Amino acid sequence: MSKHLLSRYAEAVYWLARYVERTENLARVLDVNETFSRDSRGGQNWQSILQLYRDEERFAETGQEATAENVLYFYALDQHNPSSIISSIHMARENARTLRPLISTEMWIQLNILYNHLRAMTRANLAEPRIARFCSFIKEACQTHTGITEGTFYRDEGWYFYQLGRWIERADQATRLLDVKYHLLLPSVDNVGSPLDVSQWNSVLRSAAGYHAFRRIHPSGMTPTDVTGFLLFHKRFPRSVRACVAQMEALLHDLKTTYDLRQGVGALEQLDALRSGLVNQTADSVVKSGLHEFLDWIQQTLIKVHGELGHDYFGYEEAQ
Amino acid sequence: MTETEHVRLLDSYDPNDFYCEMLGKDASLAAHTKPVRYRLGQLPVDELRNRARDAELELYNFGITFTVYTQKEAIDRILPFDVIPRVISAEDWAFLERGVAQRVTALNCFLWDIYHDQKILRDGIIPKDLVLGNPGYRPEMEGLDVAYKNYVHINGTDLVRGDDGGFYVLEDNARSPSGVSYVVENRHLMQRIFPDLMSNIGIRSVSNYGQKLHEALTEMAPDSVLDPQVVLLSPGTYNSAYFEHIFLAREMGVPLVEGRDLAVENDRVYMKTVNGLREVHVVYRRINDDFLDPEVFNPDSMLGAPGLMSAYRKGNVALANAVGTGVADDKAVYAYMPRIIKYYLDEDQIIDNVETHICRETEGLNYTLSNLDKLVVKPVGEAGGYGITIGPRASAEALEECRRQLVEDPSNYISQPMINLSVCPTLVDAGIEPRHVDLRPFAVTGKSTWILPGGLSRVALTKGSIVVNSSQGGGSKDTWVLE
Repeated sequence: MSKHLLSRYAEAVYWLARYVERTENLARVLDVNETFSRDSRGGQNWQSILQLYRDEERFAETGQEATAENVLYFYALDQHNPSSIISSIHMARENARTLRPLISTEMWIQLNILYNHLRAMTRANLAEPRIARFCSFIKEACQTHTGITEGTFYRDEGWYFYQLGRWIERADQATRLLDVKYHLLLPSVDNVGSPLDVSQWNSVLRSAAGYHAFRRIHPSGMTPTDVTGFLLFHKRFPRSVRACVAQMEALLHDLKTTYDLRQGVGALEQLDALRSGLVNQTADSVVKSGLHEFLDWIQQTLIKVHGELGHDYFGYEEAQ
Repeated sequence: MTETEHVRLLDSYDPNDFYCEMLGKDASLAAHTKPVRYRLGQLPVDELRNRARDAELELYNFGITFTVYTQKEAIDRILPFDVIPRVISAEDWAFLERGVAQRVTALNCFLWDIYHDQKILRDGIIPKDLVLGNPGYRPEMEGLDVAYKNYVHINGTDLVRGDDGGFYVLEDNARSPSGVSYVVENRHLMQRIFPDLMSNIGIRSVSNYGQKLHEALTEMAPDSVLDPQVVLLSPGTYNSAYFEHIFLAREMGVPLVEGRDLAVENDRVYMKTVNGLREVHVVYRRINDDFLDPEVFNPDSMLGAPGLMSAYRKGNVALANAVGTGVADDKAVYAYMPRIIKYYLDEDQIIDNVETHICRETEGLNYTLSNLDKLVVKPVGEAGGYGITIGPRASAEALEECRRQLVEDPSNYISQPMINLSVCPTLVDAGIEPRHVDLRPFAVTGKSTWILPGGLSRVALTKGSIVVNSSQGGGSKDTWVLE
């Protein structure tokens, strides 16, 4: 008799993966922001991160100036900011706590230690010379989590929902990164190809951990369109939207065949639409017809995928 | 090496005339601890302290914590752990094992009887109103046949050892006794931190508790079910014993469910899975009767599942422990346990009760009032060490307050002579000092009763204190039952 996964566990393990993935992406963005945020006149613009995560309003509520120090604190250690690193790790830990009967002890201990470690940190840990160290610490902690999970997590339905969470979050993060950065960095005509321009697109790639992968297929040059195409469409880059969508489709098919799950049709339909939309496009045409609208469509479709998963597997009620 | 050198670590240790779990009353009594004392003697106090720190850090990292809620935040605390083990000889354990099993058997006979024929009430062995008017008595259980006539599947018996070296039962915990997770985790921790102390001592393992529990629970499933689905029902992450719930679910390999994960349809209980509803056959519930089913008990409860009792009454699901066991671990009913054991088993009780005066009876009340300064007065309905007045240690004001409450509501109280609880050498800031301990062995009953060879030794860390509850500054020790 096959023992099916509790819906609440499926949701918790999906969110566990999402929060860790979200944390890792945020750490990457903060890490490269130093170069990333400089505009064409060389000034630093920490507003860009607030825009990226649509947090301008929430940050304004803190009543603080958008200085590097304040924005960093807001995203790293501010427990009142639900999208901060500490809040995401807190949520990951809470989900892990719920999942303790399911996950390995090592997975739990690592997250528990990470959370306690973050709680003990103060603004001093974010002082300028230590930003890089802080971000590396977070990235490595997330990768350690991924590695422990890969090496210890029992491969049953839970593993599938874990991966679904990771891929959907990663796809979403890729679109957000491109969305704001593209508009922000879109250079005036005379700046194209300038050292500053190249270094900024360089940073976009580094935020997505894609610089070296990009270089392998584009040994020279770096245009906004190339970078956009790479992050959206490249099949072999594990953070591109298309790669994420392909993984999710495969996982859902596997869930149906291996575990006989009757549900999942709605999510597959949405993913099918998403894949068609991705394979029938080129970066050139997307940029011409409106990148923002395209990214928005991807995000909306991902939200629908999430809704379908929630309805079919996590026991969400029908939308009101 | 001479005996005195062996006990270097315990050199300056003085049990102050209490019965000592490590030394006995004189050294010849505690021959069984000799190898442990020898090895402890090899350890400088600083080394012991370092290892104690490692142990604490590990508990914290493992999240072996209970949660204390303040107005501002939730604080995870570890149950303080003392690294010097409490050692029980094979002979003592054989005695305790028999005594605990006898008690569980009698409790089950008693519960079956009061929810069926009520012979014990008709025979006048125990006052009718004490049972039928007890808040733990559940009329919903009348006439309901539970598998193997078994109500108390998991029982915790609180034992103490007095000055005379004899064990006494302080109380029975027949509802949802907690603490077994610490027994197992303390052992695993000791194995990691003190492998040198433990090798070749011959300590009985406590690691199979989860399997034994799962086995017993499976035996309780409705007869027709071949591969029963067991679940653990928890109030959720905000419960202070959540760590233990996780532990038990993990060890048994069963889902930890909350009320919202369950659905009852046509008197069958289901859990909500990614592939729809799956039937549940046995629920090890860690929530009180009151919250189990809002249709029958507390209507405001969000923790249980509506319809659960109806499914239970139809025999489609087993609950462990059964509903209505609270009447058996009531502190006033406790006083009648020697008579209950005699009545059903025709045996004398193996482990003695502490002499108990029942204040609902005029005689008991008068005795209590005139000896207030010598007695420990306990409210019958409280747990966790709350509301206790320790006469010999209480101020005049506290005694007066206690007297007032006794006169106002006598049936809410029992009194007992103060037992000088035995002590264990314990690592404290000042060095190694005696601290009072109790012992809670855990009995698991399916078709038969099995007792985990070990138990929770709680230790009152405050100097001189005899209150071992974690809510009152108590900690725990690993408990070694020798082969």
